[in-house]
Amino acid sequence: MFKQQAVPMIFSQVKQIRIPSINNILRAAALPLIGLVIFLGLWSVMAKNIDTSLGQFPGPIAVWEQATTLIDEHNAQMDKADVFYTRQEERNAARVAQDPTYEPKIRAFTGAPTFFEQIWTSLYTVLVGFVVASLIAIPIGIICGLSKNAYTAINPLIQLFKPVSPLAWLPLVTMVVSAVYVTSDPMFSKSFITSAVTVSLCCLWPTLINTAVGVSSIESDLINVSKVLRLNALSHVTKIVLPSSIPAIFTGLRLSLGIGWMVLIAAEMLAQNPGLGKFVWDEFQNGSSESLARIMVAVLTIGVIGFILDRLMLMLQKQVSWDKSAVLR
Amino acid sequence: MSNKHHLELTQVGIDFPTPKGPFTALQNVNLRIDKGEFISLIGHSGCGKSTVLNIVAGLYQATNGGVILDNQEVNEPGPERAVVFQNHSLLPWLSAYKNVELAVKQTPNGRSKKEMKEWVEHNLELVHMSHAADKLPAEISGGMKQRVGIARALAMEPKVLLMDEPFGALDALTRAHLQDSVMEIHAELGNTVIMITHDVDEAVLLSDRIVMMTNGPAATIGEILPIELARPRNRIELADNPEYNHYRHEVLKFLYEKQRKVESVDEHRKKLAKHNKASSKGASVA
Repeated sequence: MFKQQAVPMIFSQVKQIRIPSINNILRAAALPLIGLVIFLGLWSVMAKNIDTSLGQFPGPIAVWEQATTLIDEHNAQMDKADVFYTRQEERNAARVAQDPTYEPKIRAFTGAPTFFEQIWTSLYTVLVGFVVASLIAIPIGIICGLSKNAYTAINPLIQLFKPVSPLAWLPLVTMVVSAVYVTSDPMFSKSFITSAVTVSLCCLWPTLINTAVGVSSIESDLINVSKVLRLNALSHVTKIVLPSSIPAIFTGLRLSLGIGWMVLIAAEMLAQNPGLGKFVWDEFQNGSSESLARIMVAVLTIGVIGFILDRLMLMLQKQVSWDKSAVLR
Repeated sequence: MSNKHHLELTQVGIDFPTPKGPFTALQNVNLRIDKGEFISLIGHSGCGKSTVLNIVAGLYQATNGGVILDNQEVNEPGPERAVVFQNHSLLPWLSAYKNVELAVKQTPNGRSKKEMKEWVEHNLELVHMSHAADKLPAEISGGMKQRVGIARALAMEPKVLLMDEPFGALDALTRAHLQDSVMEIHAELGNTVIMITHDVDEAVLLSDRIVMMTNGPAATIGEILPIELARPRNRIELADNPEYNHYRHEVLKFLYEKQRKVESVDEHRKKLAKHNKASSKGASVA
């Protein structure tokens, strides 16, 4: 009986380590492609049947056209800026030649930000907000995980603030930033700080909670090792606590970054702060026949960037993680 | 003050708080251990062997009595009482070398960097693990991990080496190899060792004295059996040795006659019926 069982087990193991065949590669590439084609098909059929006050709902082709238009507009704007700066330099050079005491003034180009500049603003804002939140959340999470008393003290606050929508925070943050951040020569614009702080407030919680859970579930044997070795608090955290809670911390970080990206778009729309959210809102207010297609480009861009951000975090986790055999997805 | 004994456990007892009041796990444990002695603790599961070891390690605080090592009371864990844990407990993110190195760095001894490196390598050599120094724990077998665990403990130059069922999770062949290694190391270094085991042969083969524990709750030392077999001991020669078999028999008699925990089917049924009656009244019998 034992032998009968043993044989199929070996076969199943052989199956698992088989190199990926062409069939498998085709499947891995073809199935997502089929999904995409079906989606595009359904989208264009449904779009034809929806008429809005701004015209027909854009199908894939209209959206593609707007995407290329946005690229062209961006290039045109960049050209304009180049022309503006060369003209300014020439004019300044001419005035200095006429009057050597003249100090040339350099003015920045004031054209409306293009789609790609808005993307850049949003990315920069979300990263700053996310990093600030992580720098606060990870240490507090570690403290909560190490000390039951600290956890009991902080947990009610976490539970209270975790479910608060970013949009509820936004007016408060805006007013506080306006009141507190007063300088004659601002390094950052107020709108940037408002958006970043709002993102931070929403990014804190998943990282904090996951870090606390990860730290509190360290194997008791490893804690005993630390005690026998008489590791001091700092070595205990760096040698034992951090490495063993890295998977949990990264789970939190990835959730936080995802939430932060969603929150940012909403905050930009509501507060009219520069970024992708503002682009969407402006197009909505603009209400031309192309607006819906341009918003759709933004929607897809937001999705793609969110996906890329998550993949980047996954790559970082793979770099940092000691357990190279763990399946991360 | 006369230094009669190296390690003394005097009237050691421990209570664990439970919702139903304190639970006495251990009481009146008295044991005097000389320098270089190899002591085995044997007893049924749950009899408090690990608790004794954890008290000596300083991981638990005794409720009554205390432990004195070289005239100093033990009240916190420290590298002079190194522990080899049952499931190796190596830090999975550090290589074998780094695991041992961490222990060496934490032991106060004023070694230079070079001496430290040599000491780590020496200890890995002692357990025959030099070839896998750069491997992560996940990349080596269970027996090899336990070897590194022993190297880590030895590298702390402990006064007492505490081993909590060090070979419990290993297969019989690997276990025999490791037992031989431990005997070799003990002969070479002369550490004082306290080892917990479930394995009667292991206890007789390795120990100078076998400490047999009664069943809990309120477990204590039942008998102490000195093993006066000449060293070095060879497992194959001892297999037919009448003295060895006598010791073996003594331990088995203690475990399965005097401290019988294995119930007959009848007894088990009776107990079960009683338990069911009790729990139907709302009380639970642990």
